[in-house]
Amino acid sequence: MWDYAKVAMFGVIAVCAAIAANYARDMAYLVHALIIMLVAAGMMVYTLRRMGEAKPVVDTTAYMDDVIRAGVIATAFWGVVGFIAGTFIASQLAFPQLNFEWAQGYANFGRLRPLHTSAVIFAFGGNALIATSFYVVQRTSAARLWGGNAGWFVFWGYQLFIVLAATGYLLGATQSKEYAEPEWYVDWWLTIVWVVYLAVFFGTILKRKEKHIYVANWFYLSFIVTIAMLHVVNNLSIPVSLFGSKSVQLFAGVQDAMTQWWYGHNAVGFFLTAGFLGMMYYFVPKQAERPVYSYKLSIIHFWALIFLYIWAGPHHLHYTALPDWASTLGMVFSIMLWMPSWGGMINGLMTLSGAWDKLRTDPIIRMMVVSIGFYGMSTFEGPMMSIKAVNSLSHYTDWTIGHVHSGALGWNGMITFGALYFLAPRLWNKERLYSSAMVSWHFWLATIGIVLYAASMWVTGIMEGLMWREVDAQGFLVNSFADTVDAKFPMYVVRAAGGAMYVTGALIMCYNLWKTATSSPARQAAPVAAPAE
Amino acid sequence: MDTYSAMRHFADSWALLALTVFFVGVVVWVFRPGSTPQHRDSANIPFRHDDKPARTETTHDGATSNKEARK
Repeated sequence: MWDYAKVAMFGVIAVCAAIAANYARDMAYLVHALIIMLVAAGMMVYTLRRMGEAKPVVDTTAYMDDVIRAGVIATAFWGVVGFIAGTFIASQLAFPQLNFEWAQGYANFGRLRPLHTSAVIFAFGGNALIATSFYVVQRTSAARLWGGNAGWFVFWGYQLFIVLAATGYLLGATQSKEYAEPEWYVDWWLTIVWVVYLAVFFGTILKRKEKHIYVANWFYLSFIVTIAMLHVVNNLSIPVSLFGSKSVQLFAGVQDAMTQWWYGHNAVGFFLTAGFLGMMYYFVPKQAERPVYSYKLSIIHFWALIFLYIWAGPHHLHYTALPDWASTLGMVFSIMLWMPSWGGMINGLMTLSGAWDKLRTDPIIRMMVVSIGFYGMSTFEGPMMSIKAVNSLSHYTDWTIGHVHSGALGWNGMITFGALYFLAPRLWNKERLYSSAMVSWHFWLATIGIVLYAASMWVTGIMEGLMWREVDAQGFLVNSFADTVDAKFPMYVVRAAGGAMYVTGALIMCYNLWKTATSSPARQAAPVAAPAE
Repeated sequence: MDTYSAMRHFADSWALLALTVFFVGVVVWVFRPGSTPQHRDSANIPFRHDDKPARTETTHDGATSNKEARK
């Protein structure tokens, strides 16, 4: 019966999408309607062909790991796509000739930049978060993932969101909100996927066999709930037409700006920090084979972080139309964030106390430790940059971009790589990774790449800020904007080189993970009568 | 009083107080005497059920703890 309903539903969606494509008012909408039509029609045929066949028997006494395997593959794939896009646009800034004439309007910097940011944050980071959260919540709840195939809906629904967002950017569908560029119907789709994600995650927690909810799940849950809230409020908009991609924002002026940066900063705070801290609190203890340094500290870390982060957004709007008190409030809360951030960093690092020798022997632990180090560094730099006096120098310069990347490449990237290396042998039931030496190569390429990136952006950012504010004895500005662009060239080349190293490391990782899944020795079955612990 | 001012006053008085009290309450709760063994137990959750979910019927120390299944 359910199969008939599914076929009918996919058929209706395909027909509606075809009608929408026919009436489409712009290119992006047309392409999206066609994509949805093809996906729905494909799903309809797929369901039809398997109708009446015996359903594969699912072992419900085991963990649901197939969707996590898919998530690991998607994370690695989108990671490489996003890093290559980033390296390419970094090269475009150094060598403008790379904005090819034949690709004008599609592959120039302005179109590729949101593609890069969304690919690394939402495609790479998002897939990593979904996959690891499904892994962690099952293991720490001692329960199978709730909702059966709903987990698969979350996975494929999220991939569809990524494809719609990415193609939309190239074709010019954007609501011009940083990190929230996708237009109204893509936002609606993500809302549906996200609610199912919340249901699957929370459903698993509800049927847990452990009395206590492990701290990693608290972080993951706060990430899922807060992103739902941020996404809905920041994307309140009215479509101009049901058959076009353009929409008009509900808020206007400074309210719109404040809503956007309330969203934007908490995307950093809850997507890139809370969610990834969930990873840290599970994978670092597991890889170090010892419990987290202080569980009490982890609880305080959690509550302090979520209580403070949500107010820090106004520091993106210093010296704007935003009232002074609001930007001061944002600055004060940003500075207070030093404490939970460093508390969390200390908690993560000290988990290794008594096992520091593993740093020498285990490249995965090394990756995780460097990741936590970058977490501490960028959460020190961020509050410092939110101070108004510093911000007057740093804002709108490349310093900001350097700061974001030391957090994103260092903290988010490295902890994700560590988690992928941890997961691959376990998910594909292998004895160990294919090659430890390759992990070391990846580690050094990535670390040196980040250092090149961050250092060159410090230099160019501070230089640019100083050049902008330089005045002569009569009070006239000394430099034109083009002078700063000219002066930044060498640093831009260094930045692109750092990015290229980071991509190379990620490609090595992909090869290593692939070989682990295909040709690493299989794990020996555990002895049947293991002695009780 | 207009809505904006009313909400502003509420935010910087009662709401601020409630959030602060909640937070201080969390800290006090975490450090309450005798909680250390419980926290140590929680910290070990990741090391218990690596391969398989716990079975519901597992009872180790009597009927009272049948909500929890430990190895």
